[in-house]
Amino acid sequence: VCFILGGLDCSISFVSHVLGKVCVHGRQKEILGVLVPHLTDLTKSDCIWQRICWRLLECVPDRWMEAVVLGFVQRAPGADVLSRLLGNLVVKNKKAQFVVTQKMLLLQYGHTTAVLQNLLGYLSLDSVRRTLLLRVLQELLETWSSSSAVKHSPAEQQLYISKAILICLSHLKEPEIESCRQELLTSMMEGVKCHLDSSLPQLRRLGMVVAESISSKINTEGPVLKFEYEEDDETRELKSLLVQTPPFCVVPSLPDDDRSEKAGAALPLVPESNEKPHTAAPAMPDEELDAELDSDDDLTPYEMSEDKELKIKPPMYIRDCIEVLTGSRAEDVDKWEATVKALESLVRKNPAATREVSVELAKILLHLEERTCIEGFVELRQRAQVAVLTTDPVPVAKYLTSQFYSLNYSLRQRMDILDVLVLAAQELSCPKFHGKTKHSGVQKPCIQLLPGSDSSKDWRRIVDERIKNKTRRFDMGRSHVELASRPNEFNSVAGHFFFPLIQHFDRPLTTFDLLGEDHLVLGRLVHTLAILMYLAVNTVAVTAMGKALLEFVWALRFHTDSYVRQGLLSCISSLLLSVPTERILADMTEELLETQSWLGDVMEKDPDGDCRRLALQNLLLMENLRKKLEAVPS
Amino acid sequence: MALPPPDPQFVLRGTSAAVHTLHFSCGGPEPDIPLLFSGSENGFIHVWNLKTHRVDTALDGHGRRSVYCVETMGGKDRLLSQGRDQRICLWDLAEGRTSVTDSVFTEHVGFCRCSLLKVAQGRWLMAMAARSLEEVQILELPSKTSVCTLKPEVGAKLGMPMCLKLWQLNCDSQPVLLAGYEDGSVVLWNVSMGKALSQLICHQEPVMSLDFDAEKAKGISGSSEKVLSIWSLNEQQNLQVYKTHELVNAGISDITIRPDKKILATAGWDHRIRIFGWKKLKPLAVLDYHTATVHCVSFSDHSNPRERLLAAGSKDQRISVWSIYAQT
Repeated sequence: VCFILGGLDCSISFVSHVLGKVCVHGRQKEILGVLVPHLTDLTKSDCIWQRICWRLLECVPDRWMEAVVLGFVQRAPGADVLSRLLGNLVVKNKKAQFVVTQKMLLLQYGHTTAVLQNLLGYLSLDSVRRTLLLRVLQELLETWSSSSAVKHSPAEQQLYISKAILICLSHLKEPEIESCRQELLTSMMEGVKCHLDSSLPQLRRLGMVVAESISSKINTEGPVLKFEYEEDDETRELKSLLVQTPPFCVVPSLPDDDRSEKAGAALPLVPESNEKPHTAAPAMPDEELDAELDSDDDLTPYEMSEDKELKIKPPMYIRDCIEVLTGSRAEDVDKWEATVKALESLVRKNPAATREVSVELAKILLHLEERTCIEGFVELRQRAQVAVLTTDPVPVAKYLTSQFYSLNYSLRQRMDILDVLVLAAQELSCPKFHGKTKHSGVQKPCIQLLPGSDSSKDWRRIVDERIKNKTRRFDMGRSHVELASRPNEFNSVAGHFFFPLIQHFDRPLTTFDLLGEDHLVLGRLVHTLAILMYLAVNTVAVTAMGKALLEFVWALRFHTDSYVRQGLLSCISSLLLSVPTERILADMTEELLETQSWLGDVMEKDPDGDCRRLALQNLLLMENLRKKLEAVPS
Repeated sequence: MALPPPDPQFVLRGTSAAVHTLHFSCGGPEPDIPLLFSGSENGFIHVWNLKTHRVDTALDGHGRRSVYCVETMGGKDRLLSQGRDQRICLWDLAEGRTSVTDSVFTEHVGFCRCSLLKVAQGRWLMAMAARSLEEVQILELPSKTSVCTLKPEVGAKLGMPMCLKLWQLNCDSQPVLLAGYEDGSVVLWNVSMGKALSQLICHQEPVMSLDFDAEKAKGISGSSEKVLSIWSLNEQQNLQVYKTHELVNAGISDITIRPDKKILATAGWDHRIRIFGWKKLKPLAVLDYHTATVHCVSFSDHSNPRERLLAAGSKDQRISVWSIYAQT
């Protein structure tokens, strides 16, 4: 479509109509693909063409305005171009204003970052439109800081709104920030609270990045808010939006001015070079000094091979460890450190001794706090706890699960209990060895002279290797089989891990309310139950566990926290995978049918993408089950 | 084949408290008994008779607060001691007396040992950490008049002075002070002008102890980290790092160079005393006797080189005395 215009007075409303109609019918791409570049060129320096363009758009009837404006915003190569093309359309036309300030920002969230940049840049380029920019920012912040929006809207929409907020902030000037500083501060505080409350790490990070950015804008001097989080592509992208400032924000009131290229010219922050404090460079000893007669030569050194690093010896017995860990003398910190580091291996090497004091040890470890700064203290403690739990599963599991529901533990401790249970369950149910490596297993078939491998001395090892070298040819096949089988230790204790955890979830305590505020712990509990269910495959208790789990899931299926819902769906998956098919169909048919309809609901309507995906997986698993049943002749 | 390290020649027991400082006084003519002064954490200064290996006298002048520095002033009759009661006491020990003749109230609550330098007959300069955090005060003894106060410039952030050494190249030259600070730097001060001549960052951790060889214009400093730092002073009075030596275990509480400048000894937090050759810092011996941190080492001032001794005081309340490299 080429424009052939004669004089200045012709009416272009007809063209507007055509444009509008075409756009509404979905042909935006084609027509605007030709129109926009043309208009861009023509309006670059020619005021008349600009006015023609504005008139063109103003005359588009309201019912088609949305499609046209949307198309323009999407196709314009930059905010300045958009400004030239649309002029003050948003101010003059109510429908356009609605589309630009409300619909595209708050009701839709599929647009790219470039489109957002265009839109918000456009709003910022004219003083008349800047009031709209401020209003837009306020509304975005209201959405961002509303707790129900954070809980119920999908993650993609929240990301979109965060991006929009950051771009708005990047366009604001000092006096404007001054005027709305108080509101910015209030919304930031509220918003940060809602975001940090969320169980999904992505949302927490979003909240943190946006709050940091707002804080840096409103506190130019003085300390700014700084969170600790892992940087990844998303956070880096978000932060880059804040930094970029359009080079022409100095003169916003003259849209006709000749502007430099793209609005998106990001001014990268010059990374400050890390200047380390300058220490004097060592002066190279002159060669001449060394030529002096070295009278040190007549001083013969003594034997110094014993001069090694000073090591504190850790205790050799479990009961000594207990004494050290519960003792409170300040001088024993070295010994305390050595004990913590050595505890796991001691527990694994002395199972009988550990069994005598297992519950006491578990109690000490649960309450153990860092006394000195050891690297990896949390991991050391956790590994020791897992070692104790695997050595004496039943009483320690009983203790830990009872403590999970007791008063006066911190959330961190409760979640630690769950982690330890899961790790121990994994170890118990896994056929591989953790801890003792039994060399004697390989040699059992033919060598009788090495009963215990743990205390082999060097000469024995050499003999071992020589014999192994000679016999390997005969033994390769058998030794593989020897290592692989081992009774499933999780079988006897699966129930002890599982049922106490599921028992009291609906009984609130004064400091711990799973169904109320502590939904993070509930989410972790649900995920733990899913893992325990999965690991209980081939155990005797698996059917009973499955039934109890199904009831549990049914009670919580409408929980508002998406992390909890994801956990519930993983529970169903574990159940379907672990419980043998015959048992599922024999004992749980009605419940499964109800679950199936619930899953269908979740798959269609749940706002969280992960929940929907998990529900779909579950439905597929159920389909497979049904097919298996049909394949087997009853 | 290297010989195993020697055992201590004898061990002095009986302080009943950790030993923080040692000082020999063995230079007197023949009828004089060689003495070793030791300061302990319980506030006593023990005067050990090195012939009988017993305590001759116990001096109590610091109100049972730990004594962390003892020095003699020109002979065994005059003693200077510094304690955690914020006082420096001057003792008169001639003819069996044990009285405090004078004391200086330093108001210093740290552990920085003072440094003495004899400038003329009967006159000494003493450098000590003063009341204010970063300052070092120079006093003249026995008149106790203040010569100057050495203040680092504002914003230097050196921290507390940790160790001091006053020295002068010969009797006519200016006295100069080397001070090691909490931030790991060593500063050379000109005492008469009260100005800093040079500053060198030797360590990342506080400088625990330093010693200086005025003839070779080379010094050594130890810190709470694993590195010993050797630095030199050039003609322009600038400090430069000469060499560093890495130790097996971190932490040095004291360093001292033997008066004949052939060897030096370090007292380590790892309970060991290390001997190095001073020329090239060649490790010579590791003396492993003590069972707790060694707080101080000191070389004796025997006029007969064969009788020279090295003493080390430790937190395990023992003083080990060694005869090592005495033949050279």
